[in-house]
Amino acid sequence: MNAPVSPKKLIKGGLHDWEVVIGMEIHAQVTSRSKLFSGAPTAFGGEPNDHVSLVDAAMPGMLPVINAECVAQAVRTGLGLKAKINLRSVFDRKNYFYPDLPQGYQISQYKDPIVGEGEVLVDLPDGESITVGIERLHLEQDAGKSLHDQSPNLSFVDLNRSGVALMEIVSRPDLRSSEEARAYVTKLRTILRYLGTCDGDMEKGNLRADVNVSVRRPGEPLGTRCEIKNVNSIRFIGQAIETEARRQIAILEDGGRIEQETRLFDPGKGETRSMRSKEEAHDYRYFPDPDLLPLEFDQAYVDGLAEGLPELPDAKKARFVSAYGLSAYDAGVLVAERASADYFEAVAKGRDGKAAANWVINELFGRLNKEGLSIEETPVSADRLGAIVDLIGEGVISGKIAKDLFEIVWSEGGDPRQIVEARGMRQVTDTGAIEAAVDAIIAQNPDKVAQAREKPTLLGWFVGQTMKATGGKANPAAVNALLKAKLGIE
Amino acid sequence: MTQLNELTLAEARDGLKAKDFSARELTEAHIAALEKARVLNAYLLETPDRALKMAEVSDAKIAAGEARPLEGLPLGIKDLFCTHGVVTTAGSKILEGFEPHYESAVTHNLWRDGAVMLGKLNLDEFAMGSSNETSAYGTVVSPWRRAGSEAPLVPGGSSGGSAAAVAARLCLGATATDTGGSIRQPAAFTGTVGIKPTYGRCSRWGTVAFASSLDQAGPIARTVRDCAILLGSMAGPDARDTTCADLPVPDFEAALGRGVKGLTIGIPKEYRVEGMPAEIQRLWDQGAAWLREAGAEIREISLPHTRYALPAYYIVAPAEASSNLARYDGVRYGLRVPGRDIVGMYENTRAAGFGREVKRRIMIGTYVLSAGYYDAYYVRAQKIRTLIKRDFEAAYAAGVDAILTPATPSAAFGVGEKASADPVEMYLNDVFTVTVNMAGLPGIAVPAGLDAQGLPLGLQLIGRPFDEETLFAAAQAIEDAAGRMSLPKAWWA
Repeated sequence: MNAPVSPKKLIKGGLHDWEVVIGMEIHAQVTSRSKLFSGAPTAFGGEPNDHVSLVDAAMPGMLPVINAECVAQAVRTGLGLKAKINLRSVFDRKNYFYPDLPQGYQISQYKDPIVGEGEVLVDLPDGESITVGIERLHLEQDAGKSLHDQSPNLSFVDLNRSGVALMEIVSRPDLRSSEEARAYVTKLRTILRYLGTCDGDMEKGNLRADVNVSVRRPGEPLGTRCEIKNVNSIRFIGQAIETEARRQIAILEDGGRIEQETRLFDPGKGETRSMRSKEEAHDYRYFPDPDLLPLEFDQAYVDGLAEGLPELPDAKKARFVSAYGLSAYDAGVLVAERASADYFEAVAKGRDGKAAANWVINELFGRLNKEGLSIEETPVSADRLGAIVDLIGEGVISGKIAKDLFEIVWSEGGDPRQIVEARGMRQVTDTGAIEAAVDAIIAQNPDKVAQAREKPTLLGWFVGQTMKATGGKANPAAVNALLKAKLGIE
Repeated sequence: MTQLNELTLAEARDGLKAKDFSARELTEAHIAALEKARVLNAYLLETPDRALKMAEVSDAKIAAGEARPLEGLPLGIKDLFCTHGVVTTAGSKILEGFEPHYESAVTHNLWRDGAVMLGKLNLDEFAMGSSNETSAYGTVVSPWRRAGSEAPLVPGGSSGGSAAAVAARLCLGATATDTGGSIRQPAAFTGTVGIKPTYGRCSRWGTVAFASSLDQAGPIARTVRDCAILLGSMAGPDARDTTCADLPVPDFEAALGRGVKGLTIGIPKEYRVEGMPAEIQRLWDQGAAWLREAGAEIREISLPHTRYALPAYYIVAPAEASSNLARYDGVRYGLRVPGRDIVGMYENTRAAGFGREVKRRIMIGTYVLSAGYYDAYYVRAQKIRTLIKRDFEAAYAAGVDAILTPATPSAAFGVGEKASADPVEMYLNDVFTVTVNMAGLPGIAVPAGLDAQGLPLGLQLIGRPFDEETLFAAAQAIEDAAGRMSLPKAWWA
């Protein structure tokens, strides 16, 4: 990551060009039925405090017991990040007072996390790729939620989230632009969703980012960083970085200094503002949680989980390129969601991969986007789209008719083959029928025939007339060949 | 006929079995006794109605020939164990009126085995103390008095209510907990037997936490046998406590008759502390002589890191306590004192809810864990802890089966005598007992004689991990040799 930064990534200040340096801590809620240390369900929603056990409420004498499924999910994620899995890790207490933190401490992992160093390969829109280093991944408890809008004088606390397992995924400061940061989070989210270890739902807060931003003149040592807390959409991550970088550049160009602090991004105002300074930072008094033994497992356990992993996006993309002859770009689009990739493969199976990719990306994705639907909600199943591709390949319908057919299947449903038959959409390849139509047109338009012999581009007019006469069903290649022969055009 | 509450737990069990008396009669005798003993302040809460209901169930079980191991035996419960629907305070104002919706694992096991609950016993606030003077609900007065004196004495702590109630025959036995000596020191002060089992032998689930890596429940009773019977029911695996050992519970009572023939008993020279009263030394020598006469080999051993145990303990225990007690914030249960904002509410609640000693330990614990001091205090204390553990491991590896020491450096002292002194003087009470908690080992205190003023003195036996059986056998040998401790006269009744 020490390669000189590309000039196009630099931010122009009033006096100099500046390089922005970004590192991220992603909090990803672990997909599991119950919480990290209690048997309470993790289900979203419900009335406040519906999903709270005695442990979550930190009643006297209650003890945490590690949830094995959360451990497996963290290991799977570590494997997906090509990271070192630590066979021994330790849970620590991070002590601070807050009403939605019932124990008065968060159980987290401080010195000995479950997952060590790894990396994520990130593709950028311009086709370039960067490798972002992962420093660590650790397991920790989520806090509850304080509700300040229920009463004029009191705050309320909802502990439904209290104790839900989070994975904190810490990147190295390897990102150099808001675009890279957005691409990194997008890719990380894709990997988590492939693994099934986090649903990546940022609207529900199941994936959120703390973004560390600093700026420096190219080649200089790292600047002082500010941490922007709890940014909850990929778009806001980009905006927060741009805003914060410009704020820091303005201070530095004015001869000022950056104070290390924690800041909040306000998307409404488009600004970041100070939350607490370094002096106000908590002393968390981390120490190993004496209620929990160190977490230990063996390599065989890790190997077993590795065997059960699905094919991950990087491998899938490479396979799509080599097995189906797709462009890297198309393959990248298809693997961004596991469901899209699966859909594509169902369409491509036994068919021309490129044709399948074209139909999935251009027609289906285009239409889904327009309607705001996800791939899971598509009204056109992979089988049916496959049948449409088959009908083109077999020469039964033309590409143009196929689009009409797609539209019918999209809005009305039904089996494409039956629709083609029932509605007479089959393209006419019977040369006799086409020839009759062609002869009729030639006979009716002697002047045009004469002109066409002088000016071969008039052929198009004849093709159009023939298609019109055959209701669009004539095979365009056959029409072309016949017309050329009859008009004597080469 | 002897008053029923004067019986030992084993005698009462046999009497119930023989139908010499009913569980109801046995319970009524105890209720009558504790009502007359309120001046001792041993019980924070008496639950006579519940006790009688439980006794009736027991009588029905006995009549049906379905008696369980502790059927109909009335016990007192240290108020650190959460009891379902029965107020549990931990001796603190901050939990005043707190009614748990769950039953601690240890008490659950006792009720499962048919025991009867007489009430909740006083203790030092959050089990922090060695005299029961830190209880928010008043000091427990020991049933013992110095010969010719009416000056009130402390029963020891933190399980002072448990020890006093057992010595005063206000229950057949009691639950207790021990973080640095809180079972063994009060047992020694009151002429009763108390065992802190190996860390992990009893589940901590549902017991209010003081210092999680040191806390362990155990019984106090009037004989070694009674302790063996009670521990057999209290102990056992519990998946809800990760630190609880997944081991079967041996038949402790069966181990009592094993004797000490062929055992090697270690006498650690480092326990001969400066300023130790001659009486204590004599008692210790006497204990060694009894065991030798009973067939044990006595061997002097060295536990070189002993002198660092107390200071290290007073770093580790407050560190854990400062974090464990953070949950008492007035938000969800217990005391709440309103404030100008949330921080004001925290400050007011905790200022009003915690007593001096608890506050002192929270401050010590917060300090030793804070940035810049963590390595100097907490990390070093943990290293010492490892060294202490290794000292014991080396002794056991060299063939020692159990270690004999005095239980306390003195007999019980007067109420108020040490309360205003340097807190370190109070902490020194634990000098012989904290090493055992730091190493997670089992330790038993057994009465061995009286001092010149007629007050009980106890000896301590320390065992290998999960070898409580050897401790019971050796403690039985001491009890047999010393003769059963005479009990204090009921001057309060």
